[in-house]
Amino acid sequence: MHPILKLVVQRIALGLLLLLAVSAVIFLGVEALPGDTAQAILGQQATPEALANLREKLGLDRPPLERYFAWLGGVLTGDLGTALTNGADIAQSIGQRLGNTLFLASCAAVISVPLAIILGLIAARHAGKWQDKLISGLTLTTISLPEFVAAYFVIYLLTQVFPVFLPVASIYGGMTFWQKLNAVALPVIVLVLVVLAHMMRMTRAAILNVMQSAYIETAELKGLTPMQVIWRHAFPNAIAPVVSVVMLNMAYLVVGVVVVEVVFGYNALGQYLVDHVSKRDLPVVQAVGLVFAAVYIFLNILADVISIIANPRLRHPK
Amino acid sequence: MVDDTLLSIRGLKIEATSYPPGEPAREVTLVHGVDLTLKRGRVLGLIGESGAGKSTIGLSAMAYGRGGVRLTGGTIRLNGRDIRQAGPQDLRSLRGREVTYVAQSAAAAFNPAKRLMEQVIEASLAHGLMSRPEAEARAISLFRKLGLPNPDGFGNRYPHQVSGGQLQRAMTAMALCPRPDLVIFDEPTTALDVTTQIDVLAAIKEAIRDTHVAALYITHDLAVVAQVSDEIMVLRHGRMVEIGPTAQIIHDPQQDYTRALVSVRSLEHVEKPPAPPVLQVEGITARYRGTHFDVLKRVTVDLPPGQTLAVVGESGSGKSTLARVITGLLPPSAGRITFAGRVLSPDLKGRSRDDLREIQMIYQMADTAMNPRQTVGTLIGRPLEFYFGLRGAERDRRVQELLDEIEMGKGYAQRYPAELSGGQKQRVCIARALAAKPRLIICDEVTSALDPLVADGILKLLLNLQALEKVAYLFITHDLATVKAIADKIAVMYKGEVVRYGQKSDVLAPPFDNYTDLLLSSVPEMEIGWLEQVIAHRKMESAGN
Repeated sequence: MHPILKLVVQRIALGLLLLLAVSAVIFLGVEALPGDTAQAILGQQATPEALANLREKLGLDRPPLERYFAWLGGVLTGDLGTALTNGADIAQSIGQRLGNTLFLASCAAVISVPLAIILGLIAARHAGKWQDKLISGLTLTTISLPEFVAAYFVIYLLTQVFPVFLPVASIYGGMTFWQKLNAVALPVIVLVLVVLAHMMRMTRAAILNVMQSAYIETAELKGLTPMQVIWRHAFPNAIAPVVSVVMLNMAYLVVGVVVVEVVFGYNALGQYLVDHVSKRDLPVVQAVGLVFAAVYIFLNILADVISIIANPRLRHPK
Repeated sequence: MVDDTLLSIRGLKIEATSYPPGEPAREVTLVHGVDLTLKRGRVLGLIGESGAGKSTIGLSAMAYGRGGVRLTGGTIRLNGRDIRQAGPQDLRSLRGREVTYVAQSAAAAFNPAKRLMEQVIEASLAHGLMSRPEAEARAISLFRKLGLPNPDGFGNRYPHQVSGGQLQRAMTAMALCPRPDLVIFDEPTTALDVTTQIDVLAAIKEAIRDTHVAALYITHDLAVVAQVSDEIMVLRHGRMVEIGPTAQIIHDPQQDYTRALVSVRSLEHVEKPPAPPVLQVEGITARYRGTHFDVLKRVTVDLPPGQTLAVVGESGSGKSTLARVITGLLPPSAGRITFAGRVLSPDLKGRSRDDLREIQMIYQMADTAMNPRQTVGTLIGRPLEFYFGLRGAERDRRVQELLDEIEMGKGYAQRYPAELSGGQKQRVCIARALAAKPRLIICDEVTSALDPLVADGILKLLLNLQALEKVAYLFITHDLATVKAIADKIAVMYKGEVVRYGQKSDVLAPPFDNYTDLLLSSVPEMEIGWLEQVIAHRKMESAGN
């Protein structure tokens, strides 16, 4: 078996194991909350008899281990249960909103990742000079603003001063792809501003680290231009650290953008989760938590795999 | 008359900013007004100790200052124009086209993420000197000329897939590929084993001759440079000591410093007679955890008190592993070690404090063997406290005694390692080992990182200390000149086995086994034409077989 394939299979197996462990932690966490779903449905004034009845009906009187495996079995067969508040099928609700979440995250990623890397390369090329300071200063400013401030600033600028976009990013079925892009433009701009700095700075640091190597001197002594040296010789050796930071930011774009969703009224997973936390709809909280964990683990495996493939020693063993 | 001058350097002055620890930064002058002239197709050797400015001068031929080094004065005329005044665009067009560079460590100088072919032809393509197929064809013909295995497929490999000697040749091919006027060879064989060095040296010499390229050949090894140069320039502290044709420098040096360099390897040592051993290594077999082959195979040697056993071999022969086994860092899978009449525990944990005290080690890199944040006094005082419980004034007195023994005067106890020279650092490590009053010191390549004259000083010191303290040395080295200078007994190691062992006079006298013969004949001798003789001799032998 090729060593790369072996490493990749190992990573995936580890990821699945990790996901299993996370599912147990989520279940335990929800279990540890005071009160239970029956209490949540019936409220504080419920009589003990009514509570007992409902618990029996929902199967809450069974031991926790049994309920955990029942839930896990459901998850594996695609059944995430039903929401308490409206009785809707959770899997279906999540599916639709996950689509919206991924659409927003991908749009932000497609712009921010290449932009961050290019800015990082330029900053590394002119390290210590005004170009570097300008790039670092601007990206640090945007990352330092709270998201909602950045969001309102962008709304003010692009809907009031220059009325180019609508301040609300609602998406519904039947929109064309172009209409959808137009709708998410503002939140995408805000997200790009938020994630840019981290990836840019990592690219810059990784490149500058590699620039100390002897083979960079070799490249310079071949008479290559500074940008050729960075692009051909430094960047291929700086991929691994950059990828891991890129993936962390991708994960953030999927699971951490609830504030931006709320500001723009964008109907996606973050808002769904927060709504149901406030209504104590525990099955939904459990299911969304698991989806978020899966996204995190998947992206980190992806980062690992890319780093493995980027390493010529692993790709071409002796 | 056609002017065939390629490179003409006049009054070259090179400066840098130095940042000494604990002091404000200051300007230092690395090269003080050096002149040199190189004609087309000729080879000039630049020789000197570290800090002599040889690499700095070599790189100035590409108008390149490494790590903040600045070319501040003089002219550097290459092909008729002063490149010190050239702009970045002009410099790029001469680097990799008119002048190319071969670095000391090819392993670090190749980009690990790119195939060799891509890197070898890169300069030729970047300067538009040839098309890709032309460049690849030329690279392959150079691979063939340099004796690389499978020249057609060699370029498809990545740097980590080929050996150090092969990488050094690939680097030479990379330098020759764009048909430059001048190649700068910066210690191209220093990092190689002696048996590999000879092949690479022969390949470089042949390539220089066949391509009619001019070269600056930089090295600290006079015997090596004597094989390839037409002329030699001796440098010291950034100034020229003398320059002359190779034969004159070797046979009739004019300056004392050059004379010292020429005679540096003539230290002679009279071997002591056989005696009952203090250290007995019997049938040691060892492997590292998680590996499946033996690094040491049934190694048996012994060492009498107050004598020196030299363990010689190439990298990977198991010399340092033997040291790890004797000190208890790596428990062997078979065999035993007897020291001063008692069998030592194979594992470090099973040894008494006295066992530990009696066997001390000195390493190749004195830099990394000392805590940079401790003073010399603390470093030497630590074993005095640990083994003998000495404190306060008593300890300080003993530290000073030890400093006197290693010929370092007053005032050094308060200094930090960063304030010492390479030779002084190694002396402090010797004092630290002596502080424990050991009966055996294991010296692992202790002179390999030092300049020849400094190394000579360390060897003399070690011999004096041996006469004074009756301490035995297990001396690990790859350098046969060092062995001749210090050993009473010799063990030659090859692939984990002792292939030849005995008193020095027996081991170094014919008839030789094949490996010892190869090793001995590969040591460069300070003699013009030595390289050709050895190569011709080997060809004859292999034809005869």
